[in-house]
Amino acid sequence: MVIRIRGLESRFGPHRVHEGLDLDMRRGEVLGVVGGSGTGKSVLLRSIVGLRRPDAGRIAVFGEEMTGINEDRRAALAARWGVMFQDGALFSSLTLRENVEVPLRGVAGLDPDTRRALAELKIAMVGLPLDAAETYPAELSGGMRKRAGLARALALDPEIVFLDEPTAGLDPIGAAAFDRLMRDLVQALGLSVFLVTHDLDTLYALCDRVAVLAERRVLATGTLDEMLAVEHPWVRDYFHGPRGRAARRSGQAAPQGR
Amino acid sequence: MSIKIGTTAGRPEIEISGSLGLPELEQARRRFAQIPFTPQATLDLSALQRLDSAGAWLLLTEQARLRQEGTDLTLSSVPPHALPLVEVVRANLARAEPATQPPLTVTALLDRLGRKVAGGAAFLRDLLGYLGIFTARLLGALRRPRGFHLTSLVHHCEEVGLRAVPIVALMAFLIGVVLAFQGATQLRPFGAEIFVVELIAISILRELGILLTAIIVAGRTASAFTAAIGSMKMREEIDAMQTLRIDPANALILPRILALVITLPILGLVADLSGLLGGALMSWAELGISPAMFRTRLIEGVEPIHVVVGLVKAPVFALIIGIVGCRAGMQVGNSAESLGRMTSSAVVTAIFAVIVIDALFSILFAQVGL
Repeated sequence: MVIRIRGLESRFGPHRVHEGLDLDMRRGEVLGVVGGSGTGKSVLLRSIVGLRRPDAGRIAVFGEEMTGINEDRRAALAARWGVMFQDGALFSSLTLRENVEVPLRGVAGLDPDTRRALAELKIAMVGLPLDAAETYPAELSGGMRKRAGLARALALDPEIVFLDEPTAGLDPIGAAAFDRLMRDLVQALGLSVFLVTHDLDTLYALCDRVAVLAERRVLATGTLDEMLAVEHPWVRDYFHGPRGRAARRSGQAAPQGR
Repeated sequence: MSIKIGTTAGRPEIEISGSLGLPELEQARRRFAQIPFTPQATLDLSALQRLDSAGAWLLLTEQARLRQEGTDLTLSSVPPHALPLVEVVRANLARAEPATQPPLTVTALLDRLGRKVAGGAAFLRDLLGYLGIFTARLLGALRRPRGFHLTSLVHHCEEVGLRAVPIVALMAFLIGVVLAFQGATQLRPFGAEIFVVELIAISILRELGILLTAIIVAGRTASAFTAAIGSMKMREEIDAMQTLRIDPANALILPRILALVITLPILGLVADLSGLLGGALMSWAELGISPAMFRTRLIEGVEPIHVVVGLVKAPVFALIIGIVGCRAGMQVGNSAESLGRMTSSAVVTAIFAVIVIDALFSILFAQVGL
């Protein structure tokens, strides 16, 4: 169990986003987190990686309690996960290669040439052309920025990768390419992936398990087939709607990801 | 991690056990450098427990390095968990050729200089273009007053003019104080203290009052214009206005620049008064020139033309500050970084332009004998 959440509560003023939320994520699995707008998917992600302090409840990552942990332990844990933000969140004043080098700078005793070579390796691994390495984020398309954000998240070979809407804003071809890339990388690097998404195609292409967020908690978890049997209006509309059916058909037609 | 270099059946065999990853990278590299020269060697990975992509990169680059030196290193019994990673890294390593930068030649330098000059000319033309847009919209508003955004104009007059009064007044007051103090120290040895009144009045009314006001307004307002218009540009609000048939120049640029043109002369007048007040108070405290004497001396010794010479520059300063600020806002691209860059460039350009124009005015007034 790499992530274990018990009784999480998140409040924004009087507004409760999560209440008594429980969730487990196993090592090596791709967990898709879905839910309507405003059900706190991104809030959940931010709570786990420590960008937001939970109002109540416990979050444990790699078996270590995250609330009240001291800064050094936190930093050590944070090196074992990578976060890819929605639009890449690249540092705009650095080139793409320098962006990927940022996490590597924290590694003691790494000489600049090695750092550079490793950053270039990661850029190649996420499928970006190498001449893009010296460009600035503003010169890149949205899809390339996302890939670069992934390269930075993977710089330290993390055990868990958090992806926030990785295919949002990409055209269908770009989104499918990103799904394929993720599938290959998950396999090659043995990643556990926490995936927040709206994209049904991504769910079918990547996920081992799905967690549905609704009514301020995790309403259901299970494989995609199990989700089809859940009797809840939102879950039914989501997985049995026209888009859900289409994604299921193409997901079954394609070779099984993992 | 440990790397053992041994021999089996006459062939050097290297065995890596434990974990090979980013933290062990440098240590492993040093160990690899100790491999003695042999035509053939085997790298046994069966005891490798963990390999990350940095480790795989090291194995493959060291293999390539040894091959160049004439040692054929074979990777043997790669554990199944590491196999896909080694393959992925190998596939991507081939593409990771370092990029080379073109050398810097004299032609390239000349080319760069030429582009800079052409860029400067284009910039001036662009400013002139915005002046034209402003004039055209102003004339249009005079012909058809219904389309004019009066609320917006009033709002900007408050933002640009009224809210700048405290800082401008304080700045001018302190300048008056400084002038009086410095003038007193310099003039006292000659017994010419009384001329401090002319010194303060002429320098503040002709130059310092309006120039320093314009500089403060350039810093305060040009940046505000750029930030406001630029963030609208960034969020495509300007494009949205155009599709809704609202003219951005009419809605955004005209009220802003017009507000500046109206309020900057008033701010200049505030600065003049406040500067004279500061000078008078300091002359009283330091030189014993009573306010009544200061007033008499001021009215007798200082021609009213100095006030005109000072304030006539204000609308011109206002135009250039407004145009530079609005143009920089319209130049913002779609990144937050370009917004920041254009904002600071607007301030620098506006202040520089104000000083250049002030110098041109000085030459003009000297020529016509004012």
